[in-house]
Amino acid sequence: MAQFNEMFQGTGVRTPYGRLQDWVAAMPQELRSLKQAEAEALFRRIGITFAVYGEGGDPDRLIPFDMFPRVFAAAEWAKLEKGIKQRARALNAFLVDVYGRGEIIRAGRIPGRLVWQNEAYEKAVVGFVPPKGVYSHIVGIDIVRTGPDEFFVLEDNCRTPSGVSYMLESREIMMRMFPDLFRENRIEPVDGYSELLRRTLASVAPKKCKGDPVVVILTPGHFNSAYYEHSLLADLMGVELVEGQDLFVEGEFVWMRTTEGPRRVDVIYRRIDDAFLDPLCFRPDSMLGVPGLMDVYRSGGVTICSAPGAGVADDKAVYTYVPDMVRFYLGEEPILQNVPTWQCGKAEDLKYVLDKLPELVVKEVHGSGGYGMLVGPKCSKAEVEAFRAKIIEDPGNYIAQPTLALSTVPTFVEQGVAPRHVDLRPYCLVGERIELVPGGLTRVALKEGSLVVNSSQGGGVKDTWVLAE
Amino acid sequence: MRLTVDHVTRYLYDQPVRSVVQSHRLAPSAFAGQRVLDWEVTVSGGLRGGAHRDGAGDMIQAWTIAGPVQEVTVTVRGTVETEDLAGVLRGHREAVAPECYLRPTLATRVDVALTGLAQSAIGADVLALSHALSAAVADAIAYRPGATHAHTTAAEALALGEGVCQDHAHALIACARSRGIPARYVSGYLFATQDGVPHEAAHAWAELHVLGLGWVGFDPANRCCPDARYIRLGSGLDAQDAAPIRGIARGGGREAMDVTVAVQQAAQ
Repeated sequence: MAQFNEMFQGTGVRTPYGRLQDWVAAMPQELRSLKQAEAEALFRRIGITFAVYGEGGDPDRLIPFDMFPRVFAAAEWAKLEKGIKQRARALNAFLVDVYGRGEIIRAGRIPGRLVWQNEAYEKAVVGFVPPKGVYSHIVGIDIVRTGPDEFFVLEDNCRTPSGVSYMLESREIMMRMFPDLFRENRIEPVDGYSELLRRTLASVAPKKCKGDPVVVILTPGHFNSAYYEHSLLADLMGVELVEGQDLFVEGEFVWMRTTEGPRRVDVIYRRIDDAFLDPLCFRPDSMLGVPGLMDVYRSGGVTICSAPGAGVADDKAVYTYVPDMVRFYLGEEPILQNVPTWQCGKAEDLKYVLDKLPELVVKEVHGSGGYGMLVGPKCSKAEVEAFRAKIIEDPGNYIAQPTLALSTVPTFVEQGVAPRHVDLRPYCLVGERIELVPGGLTRVALKEGSLVVNSSQGGGVKDTWVLAE
Repeated sequence: MRLTVDHVTRYLYDQPVRSVVQSHRLAPSAFAGQRVLDWEVTVSGGLRGGAHRDGAGDMIQAWTIAGPVQEVTVTVRGTVETEDLAGVLRGHREAVAPECYLRPTLATRVDVALTGLAQSAIGADVLALSHALSAAVADAIAYRPGATHAHTTAAEALALGEGVCQDHAHALIACARSRGIPARYVSGYLFATQDGVPHEAAHAWAELHVLGLGWVGFDPANRCCPDARYIRLGSGLDAQDAAPIRGIARGGGREAMDVTVAVQQAAQ
């Protein structure tokens, strides 16, 4: 399978990476080891770690950072940006529609079953339109590249995509360690993200809010794997980081306990799942949320970001229909393509998938984090057969995609520099306006030949550069 | 029929609690079968929170009670003019797609026995099948108060062969969904007639979605469709989702609850 190397083309170097060749050449092995150790020490000092579920070992394991940056030219990014914003608009239009009149279903463009019987579809918010018609305020769109001009969307994350702290910290560390690189290359800054996020959240304040909206981040607590990110974003935005017990409902509003007495809260950027938000509306045993929150929300006293119910748009079975959403709601052709996807729940798709299983990637419809998936070409015959049995048992639970030849970016490995597969997660902000900082999270599969970039599966991160014109 | 409701719920805490938050689904539904003449809900020490009409057409009213408090009393009093529509929920405005009510919940999950019961019912069309399912549930689960509790599932009630209106409704919902008929739980009141049969004034039944008719009520506990003796409050996927009062107390000890409901025919 031909793999697109983002830096080298034959014997030549692609323009965006032009200045990096000298940088690497001028870095002897000892200096590189020194720098790598320095980077790790910095990451550890700021405390950015990522808990890895289901693997045992140290839950506060450091996510590996690779110093070799991933670079986009201005023109490449311009197209990506248009495509990402387009997709974020369509996903939000879809959410407003399926909790409203359901036009896309009436028009026969998407099966009602996939929406109405979806676990992520919240009956409790049907008929409610969140402020500015936004359900998903932070849309993380996972993108892979297969050629100079070929990008595919792997999946959408409409609930509370994590990882943006890695985008911010990777840049910070690179600038500290290699200031010269940032003088030689004209790299677009990403540190405006937190201010854009704050503005986005403030722009969706509820109608009962008067004056400057009070924004908070609601975290499940320090046991959560992304707690570092919650606290970093709260710091950078200058807003309070709260847990459910710090908030309470009284009358028509949500209040935060402070040393100066209760303070009204207008916008909650929640990093907990729908099911745990409010024991009076969802799981009655949840202690993480705020009792009565949903009644305040639905009567316009507070805004919850992302809106409860947003998850129905990023379901892997609904994903197949996102290009149709772009056409249906925006009347435009999608700029970013989906990866061709087979739904094992459909008889003919299932037959194809079972036929070609060793060549395909198979995922659980509701899965995430790279768990419970099969990468056919990387698996033994026995593993493929074991997975086949699982699919046959519950076909509706699986989708399949071709194994894509993900692009590679040079990466520091023990022997020097070698190509490793990467993906990209940009964070699109949707409020009164749609904003995107030039950059994102580049994840890299550090194992040679591996296509799984999830940090829980041995992936690392890179700084992502977008060059100015 | 003109019915008056007198419904008092007292929550007693064994030690003072810091605060209580409640979400009420306590207003009679707005549809052709009932007209509210007067209706009032009061909460001792309560502060009225936000109100909204949800997608299923129910009025939801939030209340908060600041502590320390050891007792909270919710009083519902009102008069409703009802009409017998043979169970059909005519003129009810709602936005939730009926297909949403095909989703299983913990309380309404089917097992082999429920599936078997559902398959035993025969009907030429959805309406006839719905009647048959309701009758099958009534035959399979005898009315016996105290046999089950608030968290008994449909499968457990069927295995036991005994239960109350909540169990009948859950079982009918589970069976209907397994036959592809959207079904939901309805909570409300029933005017208990003096025919010697024990009735529950706080009542629950099921609604099944019948193409052409829309939502139709079935009450396996009384082997009938809701008529003028019924007052409808609201609906949900199961009893918990349709509960007239959902509440939680923060800080404090155990809670005891005492409910009295009286439904009477008003003097015309």
